[in-house]
Amino acid sequence: MTELTELTIHEAYALLKKGELSSVDLTQAYLDRIDVLDGRLHAYLAVTSDETLEQARRADERRAKGEDDPLLGIPVAYKDVLCTQGVETTCGSKILAGYKPPYTATAIDKMEARGAVMLGKTNMDEFAMGSSTENSGYGVTRNPWDTERVPGGSSGGSAAAVAAQMATAALGSDTGGSIRQPASLCGVVGLKPSYGRVSRYGLVAYASSLDQIGPFSRSVADAAVLLGAIAGHDPQDSTSVDMPVPDYIAALTSDLKGVKVGVPKEYFIEGIDPAVERIVRAAIDQLKELGATVQEVSLPHTDMALPVYYLIAPAEASANLARFDGIRYGPREQGDTLWDTYCQTREAGFGPEVKRRIMLGTYALSAGYYDAYYLKAQKVRTLIKQDFDAAFEDVDVIACPASPTTAFRIGEKVDDPLQMYLSDVFTLALNLAGNCGISVPCGFDDDNLPVGLQLVGPAFGEERILRAAHAYEQATEWHKRVPVLSG
Amino acid sequence: MTQYEPVIGLEVHAEMLTESKMFCACPVVDSTEAPPNTTVCPVCTAQPGVLPVINRQAVEYGIKVGLALNCTINEFNQFARKSYFYPDLPKGYQISQYEHPLASNGWLDIDVDDETRRIGITRAHLEEDTGKNIHMGSSSLVDLNRAGVPLLEIVSEPDMRSVEEVEAYARKLRAILVYLGVNHGDMSKGVLRFEANISVRPTGSDEMNTRTEIKNLNSIRSLVRASQYEIARQIKLVESGGQVIQQTMGFNEESGKTTVQRSKEYADDYRYFPEPDLPPLNIDRAWVAAIEKTLPELPDAKRERFIDELGLSVQDAGVLVADKATAEYFEAALKADVDAKTVANWVTGELFRLMNAAGVEIEQVKVTPEALVDLIKLVEAETINNNTAKEVLEAMFETGHSAGEIVKEQGLAQISDSSALEAIIEQVLEANPEPVEKYLGGKEGLFGWLVGQVMKETRGQANATVVNQIMRERLEGMRKA
Ligand SMILES: [Zn+2]
Repeated sequence: MTELTELTIHEAYALLKKGELSSVDLTQAYLDRIDVLDGRLHAYLAVTSDETLEQARRADERRAKGEDDPLLGIPVAYKDVLCTQGVETTCGSKILAGYKPPYTATAIDKMEARGAVMLGKTNMDEFAMGSSTENSGYGVTRNPWDTERVPGGSSGGSAAAVAAQMATAALGSDTGGSIRQPASLCGVVGLKPSYGRVSRYGLVAYASSLDQIGPFSRSVADAAVLLGAIAGHDPQDSTSVDMPVPDYIAALTSDLKGVKVGVPKEYFIEGIDPAVERIVRAAIDQLKELGATVQEVSLPHTDMALPVYYLIAPAEASANLARFDGIRYGPREQGDTLWDTYCQTREAGFGPEVKRRIMLGTYALSAGYYDAYYLKAQKVRTLIKQDFDAAFEDVDVIACPASPTTAFRIGEKVDDPLQMYLSDVFTLALNLAGNCGISVPCGFDDDNLPVGLQLVGPAFGEERILRAAHAYEQATEWHKRVPVLSG
Repeated sequence: MTQYEPVIGLEVHAEMLTESKMFCACPVVDSTEAPPNTTVCPVCTAQPGVLPVINRQAVEYGIKVGLALNCTINEFNQFARKSYFYPDLPKGYQISQYEHPLASNGWLDIDVDDETRRIGITRAHLEEDTGKNIHMGSSSLVDLNRAGVPLLEIVSEPDMRSVEEVEAYARKLRAILVYLGVNHGDMSKGVLRFEANISVRPTGSDEMNTRTEIKNLNSIRSLVRASQYEIARQIKLVESGGQVIQQTMGFNEESGKTTVQRSKEYADDYRYFPEPDLPPLNIDRAWVAAIEKTLPELPDAKRERFIDELGLSVQDAGVLVADKATAEYFEAALKADVDAKTVANWVTGELFRLMNAAGVEIEQVKVTPEALVDLIKLVEAETINNNTAKEVLEAMFETGHSAGEIVKEQGLAQISDSSALEAIIEQVLEANPEPVEKYLGGKEGLFGWLVGQVMKETRGQANATVVNQIMRERLEGMRKA
């Protein structure tokens, strides 16, 4: 029999439903595995063991009483950027050390309503700023495929936990690629929903107009179930859209007849790892074999996405992070004056990348610079969105790499922020446009490091990308490979 | 020597006393009374991850004010973040409106020295109030009950030219807010705060000179005093060859002086940008039209009606409408069949005199409008005369008893009974043979003296008309005899 921790949501659900498996046993298997492996991988910042088992017991009771749900009793992990009432939520930052939120994020509330069991909170780049999890205030997470390498970021902990079978699935957040890039680097499925599809209430904001919560899983069908669970309008998030949530599972088919796939010529650029290009192009050929028609499309403002992102995201972040002042929560460094207290608290509490982005954003919003930077960036953002709108008049989905490279070595890019920022060059344009995107495993390079195929859809086109990703996944074996790990 | 005139614009921060706060479900309470930090939630304490949701009622209240101030209600509304650090501002930014306010381009008419002046309203925009810092020795405490209460900032054009106009504008605006039911106007609760922008220039010129801004004025009295001081300071400065510097000033209540808080070179950069957590708010024309239909009669319209339909004097009508509660009191009294002018005289005369002496507002007065009408009816029925009625009102004001009770208790009813009065008149005539003699001999002026003796005997309760009539009959009878 397969290890319990290898089961996908759908596989575990089948056993749970038949009464051949209890949530308590499944959960205990994960807790045991975390115990063995996480000392090395450090995917988790907190494991809620006792409360976890209590939740599993309750899930078993619910099932015994006749409740039936694919998520009932499934052990999952949550990125530490999502608020969990009474459970420490740090966003990977020292400035929130010891902070226990008085409320729970809507997405997690929905997961709990469906009966999902929380294993714990996963590591991340501080306030979701980074592409390697090296910016965590609590130590780096290691890539399960090569522990000398990063898992990507900022949701590196969630990606690594799912890849290393330390959770059936996980939630992360994606502001410029923070789900899709680590999913690609860890060889799991990662979905960034369209802006407004999932409530951001309880997601600690990095860049409010770009952030979305999304799932990590070991199959596309699992991602579809998870998205169905967390999507939908929330009266507490005015940017969440009041549109019905489709049956994402029903959208999954095994062929791609009639599907038009666009390949953006601007996405196969200099600097892209040749192995990544080769593997992604092969995956696109596979889509053709499944019945899709493939054509080249152009997204002419692609090269502007990175600079635009690094004006808008830091600008919003500079205001979003102003509340971390040591007055109401988090550690306080008491100074002689109020101003000293602010400065010392924030100096001690924030890491260098967070400080860098706060300064960038503050500058971009300053009187005299606002028009040249923030406002101009917003105008270009509109052009980037129009690129996608135009492309989606011709094609149903866009296929491209999720990351220009496979997992890089820990420490390789920490001293070169610009190199690090390039990790998200294929993902962040979507956040600017508000589109949805999914990364699905599509091969391995010569070092046995996973590569992700990114499938992009228009806003609220999740059914299309799930369908394409599922058909691709079912036709290939990549998702079945697992990293070899031992305690 | 050159004469100077002030050029003044006002910013008024009015709390919108809605059921819940601007962006969360916490109730709006009296922040001077509620125990600290008891009406707070994750949103208004800025816990990580929370999001604002616009309070529809606050927008409705803002629209009401905008309409009452003859503003254009803008279809496209956008909130913005105004960033600065202070412990009473939990998010480190205030959600306000910047480029796209709720209302703009209105006006408010004020009356000063029998002249009507039109003051332009630049804009009115919604934002959220801050909490309060409470300083205790070397430490400070933060109370966030007020944080997130809806505020409407109403900005006037620099159209005021005297402190009298400033006061009239502030009072009129306050009255309108109270009439609309969006603010109770009690400045001791901090629900209305003022900022004055002041510059001076040679009278009659149209130059706009450097201005100062006086912040945090918490009452109309402070606004008036601060403006007076600041105008005089600037004129003196300019006359002595000095120059006004653009500064933010505070007002010291004790010394009565304005003091510099900061100069322009240290001005905050608030780094405004559109609030990404709130999509632009489009205000439906039909909604505005529906709200417009619900607007109550406002002071100017009410005053015109009092003059035209009730025949009140301009003066009385103006006084009665200046305060919503007074107007309501007056109108409640008119529900009875009673002469409006008589009621107006009693309210603006005796009742106001008693209120001023006791230092109470009309809401606290124990004499209900119905009780006042009962008093007036007693005068009309000649049960008591006007002078007695004033005494009765005073007793009603103190005790809350009805006029009838007091007249009965104190035996104040007017004596109109002819036989009773005849006996008293007979006594007076008998006791004063000499004046009677002189009267009959042609000293007509003594008639009044004799009547006065009757009033004295009856402690003023005699019906003067009846006394006059009987007295004249008796004396004429004596003349014939
Ligand atoms: Zn609240």
